Amino acid sequence: MFVDRRVLLKAFLFILAVVAAGMGLTAHGPGEAGASRPPVADGLAAWADVYSVLISPRCINCHTATRYPQQGDDRHRHFANVIRGRGGRGVPGLVCLSCHQDQNADSTGVPGGPGWHLAPLSMKWQDTNDRPLSSADVCRAVTDRSKNENMDGRALLKHHEEAELVLWAWNPGRRPDGTMRTIPPLTHAQFVAATRTWVEAGTPCPTAK
Amino acid sequence: MATYQLTVNGQRKQVNVDPSTPLLWVLREDLKMTGTKYGCGISACGACTVHLNGVATRSCVVPVSLVGDRPIVTIEGVANDPVGRVVQNAWVEKDVVQCGYCQSGQIMSAVALLKATPKPTDENIEESMGGNLCRCATYVRIREAIKNASQKIK
Repeated sequence: MFVDRRVLLKAFLFILAVVAAGMGLTAHGPGEAGASRPPVADGLAAWADVYSVLISPRCINCHTATRYPQQGDDRHRHFANVIRGRGGRGVPGLVCLSCHQDQNADSTGVPGGPGWHLAPLSMKWQDTNDRPLSSADVCRAVTDRSKNENMDGRALLKHHEEAELVLWAWNPGRRPDGTMRTIPPLTHAQFVAATRTWVEAGTPCPTAK
Repeated sequence: MATYQLTVNGQRKQVNVDPSTPLLWVLREDLKMTGTKYGCGISACGACTVHLNGVATRSCVVPVSLVGDRPIVTIEGVANDPVGRVVQNAWVEKDVVQCGYCQSGQIMSAVALLKATPKPTDENIEESMGGNLCRCATYVRIREAIKNASQKIK
C-alpha cells in the first residue's frame, strides 16, 4: 500500500509538470540565457522582431491609413499628388505603374516590383496622422482574417517568405541621388525565422497598453 | 549600348542606346519625336506623359530597358485613337492652351482618365490630373475640355 502511494505521488508530480509546462508556467529567472522558454513567450518575442520590420519605412510606407502613400525614411507624403485610388493602385491618369515598373529603375531612382500597389486600408499599420500603430494593434490587424485577405498563420508565413513586394524591402534599389535605400532592421532570413516562430506559437499578440 | 525594338504609335522603331536612358530621351533624341516634353525629370510634373500599354506613364523615369514589348503611344499618335481625337478636338474648342509646354502631358493623362472613366466627376478629374502641373494655370479650361470631351465620347 505504501509503495502504491509513492507511485501515485510520482505520477501526480509528472502530470503536474507536464501541465505546467504546457501552460507556460515554467519559471525562469531574469538573465537565464539559453533556457528554453514557453512557446507563447517565444512567440511574443518573435512578434516583436516581426513588428520591427513591419514598421520600417520600406514596409509601412505602403500601409497607410490615408488616401496617399508615403516615401523616404522620414515617411513623408508621396510627391506629385499621388492618390490611393481604387484597389490601392492609383487613379487613371496617375496609377502606381505610371512610374513604378516591375523592377527597380536604379538609373532614375524609382523603386519597382511586380504589381506595385498600396496595401488595403484594412491593413493600415498607421493612424491618420501617419503615426505607426502599437505592436498590439498591428498584431491584431495582421491576424484578423476579415482584414488580411483571409490568411491564416501558414499563409502569413508564406506571404512573408515569398510575396514579391515583401521581398522588395530587402532589395529596394537606389534613391534618385544614387545612394542605396535603407532596408529593414532584420535580414529577410531572420524575418522569416521570426515569423515562423510566431506562427508556430499560435500567432500570439501582445496585450494592448 | 544595346539595341531595342520599340513600337511607337503603331510603328516598329529600332534604337541603339544605353539601357539606362529614360524613354523620354529615346523619343526626343533618337526618334526625334519632340511632342513629349521634358519638365522636371523626376516624374513630378507630368509633362513627359505617354501611354505604355495603355497606362499613362511618366517617360522621364522609365529606363528604355524596362519598356519591353509594350506599345508606346505619344502625343503624335494619340489622335489615331477615337478618345484621343475627341480630347484633342475639345482642347482646340475650349482653347485650353496658353504657353502649351505641359499640354502634351495633360492630354495624355486626360485620355487615360476618359478611357477608364468616360463620365468623370470633378473629383475624378482633380485626382487623375493632379499630377500634371501647368504653370500658366490653365486648370479651369482643362477641366472644361475634359467635360466637353466626355459628352462626345460614345
